[in-house]
Amino acid sequence: MTALLSIENLDKRYAGGLHALKSVDLDIERGEIFALLGPNGAGKTTLINIVCGIVTPTSGHVTVDGRDTVREFRWTRRHTGLVPQELFTDMFETVHDTVSFSRGLFGLAPDPDHIERVLRDLSLWDKRDSPIMTLSGGMKRRVLIAKALAHEPKLLFLDEPTAGVDVELRRDMWRMIEKLRGTGVTIVLTTHYIEEAERMADRVGVIRRGEIILVEETDSLMKKLGRKHLSLHLEHPMSELPASLNDWTLTLADRGRRLDYSFAADEEHSCVPVLLKRLQAEGIEFTNLNTRQSTLEEIFVDLVHEDDDVHEEAG
Amino acid sequence: MTAPMLNLRGTWAIYKFEMARFKRTLWQSLATPILTTVLYFIVFGSAIGSRIGDIDQVNYGAFIVPGLILLTVFTQSLNNASFGIYMPRFSGTIYEILSAPVSTTELVLAYVGAAATKSVLLGLIILATAQLFVDLHIGQPVWMLAYLVMVAFAFSLAGFIIGIWAEGFEALQFIPMLVVTPLTFLGGVFYSIDMLPEIWQTISLFNPIIYIVSGFRYFFFGSGDVSVWVSLASLIGFIVICLGIVSWIVRTGHRLKT
Repeated sequence: MTALLSIENLDKRYAGGLHALKSVDLDIERGEIFALLGPNGAGKTTLINIVCGIVTPTSGHVTVDGRDTVREFRWTRRHTGLVPQELFTDMFETVHDTVSFSRGLFGLAPDPDHIERVLRDLSLWDKRDSPIMTLSGGMKRRVLIAKALAHEPKLLFLDEPTAGVDVELRRDMWRMIEKLRGTGVTIVLTTHYIEEAERMADRVGVIRRGEIILVEETDSLMKKLGRKHLSLHLEHPMSELPASLNDWTLTLADRGRRLDYSFAADEEHSCVPVLLKRLQAEGIEFTNLNTRQSTLEEIFVDLVHEDDDVHEEAG
Repeated sequence: MTAPMLNLRGTWAIYKFEMARFKRTLWQSLATPILTTVLYFIVFGSAIGSRIGDIDQVNYGAFIVPGLILLTVFTQSLNNASFGIYMPRFSGTIYEILSAPVSTTELVLAYVGAAATKSVLLGLIILATAQLFVDLHIGQPVWMLAYLVMVAFAFSLAGFIIGIWAEGFEALQFIPMLVVTPLTFLGGVFYSIDMLPEIWQTISLFNPIIYIVSGFRYFFFGSGDVSVWVSLASLIGFIVICLGIVSWIVRTGHRLKT
């Protein structure tokens, strides 16, 4: 795969002094879904807004499909769509008019069939003649997505598209994102629902205090940084573990009736059978066992906290 | 595939959007200036005007027509252009305009063009309304129309600057209400400066509106308070100043981009 979006040494310092982005390098591959994760104020929206031309970078440069977003802004913006985090909509325009306006704004000839397709895909067709101010928050969110899709972008930014929407709309949106991926659209997604990123993203990037601290394929990230948790329900409660098991990171829980073991996800095949044999050798019997893999959310929280700790130590 | 040098469709989309706003509020947009003008004609044209003699051989009712047209054109150009660009800044929808393949120059053209179109239309409607009240003969109609378009363009540029500068609705109204309206009333809309005491004639010459109103009146009646060339030079000078400020906004993205 080749990079559709390439960000090099991107730096942004706002007039107030906030250093929002610090020499960010990032490549987004053609056709992938990339989840950009980070706590509030990490620089996600600044990064997106620079690519889209809304914020001026202090230094660095960005290319979309090999074209510079400043020198060839007409081409890059023509092929880039943005669904903003906030519900920025006109109040008095109808749904159909505002989506048609977006297509014209991006320099495309009217195409009523495409507009109808977009509105139908987003369940907005029945509301096409309604003024936007009469719509619910969820429907307004759909309108913003329809506006971003009106000009058939190659690269689509979804800045927290499911923030504050109900479960049904969130699932609709996941389906829509999958459908867009099928048509070859490259999607950069920011979200606070890490489950969403885990479910959909091919790769995950974590941004913290304006720096990209990790970019990894989602599966590989889960393997590398994910933890698995094994719980053994003991036949006979124990007050303490035999000293011979001290080299294992085992803990007793539930008043000695459960033995917990946490290990790196990629060590599963090597360590679990060995542990079970050791327990058998020690005469520790169990009636049931459960395993659970840590979620991307847990990995994300660990990463962010780890970074906090490093900052605190440095401070 | 290369992108076109100009995004005419994008510019047209913004222009049409602004004109649609005008259409949505058509009655309000038309009724207010027309009603106000009719009231001016009744009060100043008929009630008071009948007691005032001709000015430069022009009936007083006819004399105030150019000034009344410009009174509306000034305020409507300022209001429409400032509101047009301020609203997307206020509501946040400016994100879409800024992320579109539209240059800032095209953006200015679209907003200023739409605001100027609206105020020229209103000016012509007021002119038509005035014909119902007074016998009006326009000496140089083509020049009068060209001058009207220039005035609308100049004040729409100024309105655009106000819309970028303003940080609230109060600021949006500040210059039109507290600066332009008083200067217009004192700018020879209802009188010729020859009718003022000498000291006030001199003071009036510091009011830029005098020059603009005088030039417009010249194309109606062939006479004005100052030379038509001075009026034209003042108007062009005003346009150049506004274009200078706008081009600085375009270059720096002042209050449009962070």
